[in-house]
Amino acid sequence: MSLVSEGADLRGSVPAGPGIACAEPSLASVGDYLALMKPRVMSLVVFTALTGLAVAPAHIHPVIGFTALLCIAVGAGAAGALNMWYDADIDARMVRTARRPVPMGRVQPGEALAFGLTLAGFAVATLGLMVSWVAAALLAFTIFFYAVVYTVWLKRATPQNIVIGGAAGAFPPMIGWAAATGSLSLEPVLLFLIIFFWTPPHFWALALYRTDDYARAGVPMLPVVAGDAATRRQVLLYTAIMVPLGLSPWTFGFAGLLYGATAALAGAVMLVLAWQVYNERRPADRASRNLFAFSILYLFLLFAVLLVERGWGGSLLGWAVT
Amino acid sequence: MSQVLDFAMDDKRPDEDGVVLSEAQKRARRSRSIAIAVALAALVILFYAITLVKGPGVLNRPL
Repeated sequence: MSLVSEGADLRGSVPAGPGIACAEPSLASVGDYLALMKPRVMSLVVFTALTGLAVAPAHIHPVIGFTALLCIAVGAGAAGALNMWYDADIDARMVRTARRPVPMGRVQPGEALAFGLTLAGFAVATLGLMVSWVAAALLAFTIFFYAVVYTVWLKRATPQNIVIGGAAGAFPPMIGWAAATGSLSLEPVLLFLIIFFWTPPHFWALALYRTDDYARAGVPMLPVVAGDAATRRQVLLYTAIMVPLGLSPWTFGFAGLLYGATAALAGAVMLVLAWQVYNERRPADRASRNLFAFSILYLFLLFAVLLVERGWGGSLLGWAVT
Repeated sequence: MSQVLDFAMDDKRPDEDGVVLSEAQKRARRSRSIAIAVALAALVILFYAITLVKGPGVLNRPL
């Protein structure tokens, strides 16, 4: 079954008159289309891509840099729209996602699909033509990875969905780096690995206190399939892998002392919170909520310090590190 | 036959013949049209700025 036909089957057909397919004129507002692009996810993508772009050892004209970030943002939005098109049926069954434009009926599934595909095409083509084909290829792969590999293949099939699918969220710094340099090296791979290993504890912390929601929607998140205790063990394990990776830009000489100190301190807090999650038992959920909230701050802190130290802040303040 | 011709030459078809938008649908369509126009204008400005920055070799870029 193709992507298009499966989506169409899931969502049913448009009510039609005798012999004529006639869709109700759309009531979708501009805000609904913006919501399709998952603006909160997009902001994190733009921020990590900006870091990759700014810390790369190459000069990029501000207009070209802005174009690259715009394309990455729009590409991320396109992936979000395609995800919402495909997942409308399970979104409708989850409290957290039930008010999204497609399950609410404000945007028709076909409109979301067309919107996502159009944005994806524009973003990849513009990034390739105006900035770099390496970056464009990475962006295209990222959209494919999120919309097809994660959303279609993994999300409903395996509890490892967010582990493998997390790669999609980890690519933006590599795209930013590739936009600036036209190539890839160890440094953006380290940034990729940090986000890749950050994703499981971040999402499983959320899933631990939203287990019923995921179970109702039939999404095989780890707490639903493997249970509470196994998930807490995995959260601790992935956090223990992530914290040294968070320090790796400093240990590899790619970041300075400020970054190293921040990564060590924030990493220690992550470990303490993950340990609390490991020792917590349902129905208590305070530790899970704390870890979920702090994990966002953790990633923001690491990339912000790197941006200041190595990126534009560094060049302004003369804090060259390597 | 003359009825068909009259109908074909008349811009205003009877209401029941077409899709009649409600006020809310008209407002939504208008806001979407404005957003598309703004996005297109922004793209024109962006491509113009890129052309200025990259100069004549705007489409020459290394793989």
